[in-house]
Order: sequence, then structure tokens, then C-alpha cells
Amino acid sequence: MRFLTDSILIGTILISVFMLSTARLGMTVRSFALQSFLLAFLPSLLHEPGFHQILILVGAILIKSYLIPRFLFRAIREVSIRRDVQPVIGFGTSLLIGALLVALAFAVSANLPLPVGVASSLLLPASLSTFLLGFLLIVSRAKALLQVVGYLVVENGIFLFGVSLVQQMPLLVEMGILLDVFVAVFVMGIVIFRINREFDHMDTANLTTLKD
Amino acid sequence: MISSILHLLLLLLAPPLMLGILQRTKALFAGRRGPPLLQVYYDLWKLLRKGAVYSRTTTWVFRAGPVVGLAAVIVAGLLVPIAGIRAPMAFQGDLILFAYLLGLARFFTVLAAMDTGSSFEGMGASREASFGSLAEPALFAGLLVLFVGSGDFSLSGILGPGLFRLWGAIGPALVLVAVSFVVLLLAENCRIPVDDPNTHLELTMIHEVMVLDHGGPDLAFILHGASIKLFLFASILVRMILPTATGFAPLEALIWAAGMGLVAVAVGCVESVMARLRLARVPTLLGGAMVLGTVAIAVLLTLESAR
Repeated sequence: MRFLTDSILIGTILISVFMLSTARLGMTVRSFALQSFLLAFLPSLLHEPGFHQILILVGAILIKSYLIPRFLFRAIREVSIRRDVQPVIGFGTSLLIGALLVALAFAVSANLPLPVGVASSLLLPASLSTFLLGFLLIVSRAKALLQVVGYLVVENGIFLFGVSLVQQMPLLVEMGILLDVFVAVFVMGIVIFRINREFDHMDTANLTTLKD
Repeated sequence: MISSILHLLLLLLAPPLMLGILQRTKALFAGRRGPPLLQVYYDLWKLLRKGAVYSRTTTWVFRAGPVVGLAAVIVAGLLVPIAGIRAPMAFQGDLILFAYLLGLARFFTVLAAMDTGSSFEGMGASREASFGSLAEPALFAGLLVLFVGSGDFSLSGILGPGLFRLWGAIGPALVLVAVSFVVLLLAENCRIPVDDPNTHLELTMIHEVMVLDHGGPDLAFILHGASIKLFLFASILVRMILPTATGFAPLEALIWAAGMGLVAVAVGCVESVMARLRLARVPTLLGGAMVLGTVAIAVLLTLESAR
């Protein structure tokens, strides 16, 4: 059981790192779907599975690894974005920064006193790394769609943090977060669509030269 | 004594068979019947009977290259345990010697390539050197995890019967190391997606371009050396993935042999379904292996402190 939990946590970190190094837009979205799918099982693995855990499991899988990726793929198709990533920071460099951030997350969480004991010693580092790598994804990519994915990765990190800190995460809170994320992605998708229609691309760097 | 002789015989005779299985897998994927499993032996025998032609611009370095390369790889092979049984040469710190014997073999292949004075071979040499230097940190990160986990500083100790218990203690870190070893195995042995062992006349190739001017026995040495190197990496990988500790040597050897066959088939599958990476993307792949090693170290330290 502990091996399974640890493997899921490490898998989460690696998928985030992989997102930094892949050159394909679709691959990033698919990686996010896989990451959310893996994370959805954590609550049921860490606490004894009850009705709440099952509900979170189904809800998280349905929304985060099916609906949101589907929506993002639709956005890619409709605005016919070029399929490559166009990073602001190169792949090698962002991989290196990513490795440093992961090391930082592990170092910080080793010295972080927690009020409650956590089920696995890897929970906190995994959550912090996912969090930081999500932010790195946001700042290092020019495409608006990838910034949405980065935001979603950050949300996954927060989800992990919640799972590690709260023994029984209130169902209502978790469901509320899921709904929030879904609506946020929905809104961002529309914004991307608008940006694209106005400017014929969705490179956020060009927004700084906005004129009326 | 007997196990040492068996080790040496296996080391010298078995590796070409792995290449044979690999080529057969690729052929089956492509819908061909493929060469016989022993084809590499026939090739080696044919090359050994031939004479060699040396260009007048080359010096002794060119002739020493294949010899030193093969010798270094064989000595490295004496350090790697087969099927978890103690290697003929084992002492504390031999994993560093292992890494740098492979480095020595690479160094002499590079020198021999530069010695021909061909700009084409110089290009391959420069690529080989730069990718080699990128693969080294990943190798050491993986070995470091094994060393810290087991507390032993020799390959035979790390990959011995104790590995089974280590999986229970630091399993997740070992998974990471195993994955990074798969990348290393493909990169160090010039396999797709890093290099294509079949092309001899394309600008994207790395290892094959360096050995273009070698012929006859020299080429046989290089071919055999390459197969032994693949054999060694596969042997370490198999031992990591199947760390059996039954205490019954023939059974261990059987499991190990099955694992080696599986690795050959798996590499053949990877070569069949993947395209070669663009040259500029290869450092990212090796960087990824390095990141895996770094994360493995971090995970190991966290798990160790929690224990």
C-alpha cells in the first residue's frame, strides 16, 4: 500500500517534469490528464475508503482527467493553434530549473514542522514540487493554453497539500474546488478563443504591445 | 574459480547473441524473417579472417583504438556481477573504475576517429564526447542511490542478494534509478532514439560515423566491444528489475538469462516503434535521465530519514 502511494507521488513529480520537457501541446494536456487520474486515487489510498472518498475519486477523474482535457483539446482544435510549445525558456534550461525546484521542495519539506503527522514522508515534497513546477510552467511558456495547464498543475499541487494536511478533507470543500477549477478553465478557454480571434495567435508576450 | 571461468566465458561468448535477438525482433516487427540468431557470430568470424587496410595518414593511435576499447570493456565486464553472483574482480569503489573503464573505451574510440583526419569522423567524435559527458552524471546519480541504500561501494555488493531487501525499503527510488538506467542503456549503446546503429551514411549518426575507417579485425573488435557493453548495461538493469534472492544459483541464472532475453526484445521493440530524436533534443533526454537521478537521490534521503 505504501509502495503504491509513494509510486503515485513520484509519478506526479515526474509527469510535471515531463511537461517541462515535451515539445508538443497535446502531450502536455494528456500528461495533465494522467497526473490528475493518478492523484484522484490518493484520498482512497490514504484514508479508509468510504462514500466520500469514492465520490471524490469519481468526481476528480470525471472533471480533471476527462472533461478539462477534452475542453482543452477542443480549444486547440477550434482556434487551430500550432501544435508545438514555443518556450520562453529553452527545454534544457527549464528542465535544469525544474530539477533545482524539486530539490528545493525536498529540502524545504524536510525542515517544515507540521502540526499533524502525514501518511507518507513523500506527500509534502511531492505537493511542493508539483506546485513549484506548475508555476515554472506558467512563467516559462508563452502560449496562453499552456498557462492554463500550468494553473491546473498548481491546483493539483494544492490538492496534494490538502490531502496531506487534512485527515478527512471535507467533501464540500473538495467538490467546490473541483467546480471552481472547471469554471476557471472554462472561462480561460473562452478568453483564449477571444485572444486568438482578435490577434490571430495566442502568444501572451504580444499582449504587452496592446493599443486601443 | 569455476564461477570466474564461467563468468569470463559468458562475458566473451554471450553478448553477440543478444544483438542477434535484438535484430530478430526488429525484423519481425518489420514483417521480415530476419537474419539467423547467430548472425553476429558469423559476422565477427568473417571480419576476423580478413586483413585490414590502414590509411597512410593514420598513426598508432588509430590501431590502438579498437584494441584498447575492447580490452577496457572486457575488464569492466569482470567487475559486473552476473545474476547476482559475485564478480571475479570485486572491491570497494569498483563502480568508479567501471564507469571510467567505459570512459576509457570511449576516449580511445574518439581518439582513433580524430586520428583519421576526416572531418566527418571528427564530427561524430565530438558528438560522442558531448553526449558521453551528459550521460555520466545520470549514471553516477543512479549508482549513488544504490550505494547509499545498500551501504556497499562495490558493484557486486550493490547488485548482490541484498538488493531484494533494498526494494522493500527504498523501492520508489529504485524505480526511478531503473528508468534512468533504461535511458542510459539506449544512449550509451547508440540505440534509437539517440543514435541509429544501422545507418552508415547519414549526417545524424554518432557512433557509426566514428568507426567508418576501421575494417577487418579492428571492426570485429569494435563490434564485439559494443555488444559486450550492451550486455553489461543490460545485466545491471536485469539485476535491478529482478533482484531475486532464492539462494539457488541455477535458478538465479535462469531468471537472469530470461531477463536478458526480455531486455533484448524490449530494446528491439523500442527501436521498431520509435523514431530517432532530433540531435538537438538528445541533451534533453539525457538531462531527463539526470533529473530522474536527482529526484531518486531526494526521494532516497527522504525515505531514509523517515525510517
